[in-house]
Amino acid sequence: MATDSQLATWEVFIQSKPGANYIHAGSVHASDKQMALQNARDTYTRRGEGTSIWAVPTSEIAASNPDDNDMFFDPANDKMYRMPTFYVMPEGAKAI
Amino acid sequence: MTEQQSLFNYCLRLGDDALVQSYRLSEWCSSAPILEEDLALTNFALDMIGRAQALLSYAGTIEGKGRTDDDLAYKRGERQFYNHLITELPNGDFAFTIARILFISAFEYSYYNALQHSSDATLAAIAAKTIKEIKYHLSHASEWAIRLGNGTDESHGRLQRAINSLWMYTGELFEADEVEASLAKVNICPDAPQLRTNWKHQVESVLNEATVTIPKDEYMQTGSRLGIHTEYLGHILSEMQYLQRAYPEATW
Repeated sequence: MATDSQLATWEVFIQSKPGANYIHAGSVHASDKQMALQNARDTYTRRGEGTSIWAVPTSEIAASNPDDNDMFFDPANDKMYRMPTFYVMPEGAKAI
Repeated sequence: MTEQQSLFNYCLRLGDDALVQSYRLSEWCSSAPILEEDLALTNFALDMIGRAQALLSYAGTIEGKGRTDDDLAYKRGERQFYNHLITELPNGDFAFTIARILFISAFEYSYYNALQHSSDATLAAIAAKTIKEIKYHLSHASEWAIRLGNGTDESHGRLQRAINSLWMYTGELFEADEVEASLAKVNICPDAPQLRTNWKHQVESVLNEATVTIPKDEYMQTGSRLGIHTEYLGHILSEMQYLQRAYPEATW
């Protein structure tokens, strides 16, 4: 892979409205926190997409290794009883 | 000059400042040092297009001869443009562009803050909308100036050269001729000369943090409010107005 010459990368998470989850929007280059926020604002919130931004240094993210997928994720696949689908949803609870 | 003529001329000044800045910023599209900055600068250009539209439409209304914002943007010659000279200078390098945004947005921040209290309701409303945009332009340019100044010898040198060559174009921002003096009397426009002290404080605090030297106030370039420009405005207009000149009334 070619070396990236354009400053460090930051992962950007955008909250679309107060109370909503922060969703990963993409990444930006920036020299520090302040510029990361400004670049994230300019890159991902130009059309009213968000009300709040988190920017996290990419290097600080702990990511799982695709080689570990068997160990990490397969054991859950055949155990339906782990799923909370056998309950009646309480009335009014929309975001479970 | 009647008050109506003064107000028309004044709206052209503000509108042209926004229009020409927008043109220069648009030139960064696809040429900025990083993609993020490409978006930032072209965002600023779009902010200023919006401001220019609002001000030039209002100018057309004041004039009362049925001219639209497009007519005023595309069908006036160089001598009928009243934008400050600093807005029309070529972009230079990235440091030059940042230094220009810093100088202009620091000025506009005080200016449009005051314009929000204009006795003219339309100008006050345009100012209230614009001030949020300007606040961000100023913040972005300040942060960049500080980083360029404290970056490498190369970035520091480029910022210092930009500051030095732009300084003589900053005096004009604080001029007030009889047009503005007459409008200031009835609280339509801010008193620009009064804003310079604040501007200097603001700019100095950024440049000090950027560790660059602030030039002495010597000769200041002037003329734009009379329609006298640098050689660069004609080139801008020849490109910007080409389509309307070659195919008058073309629409799509």
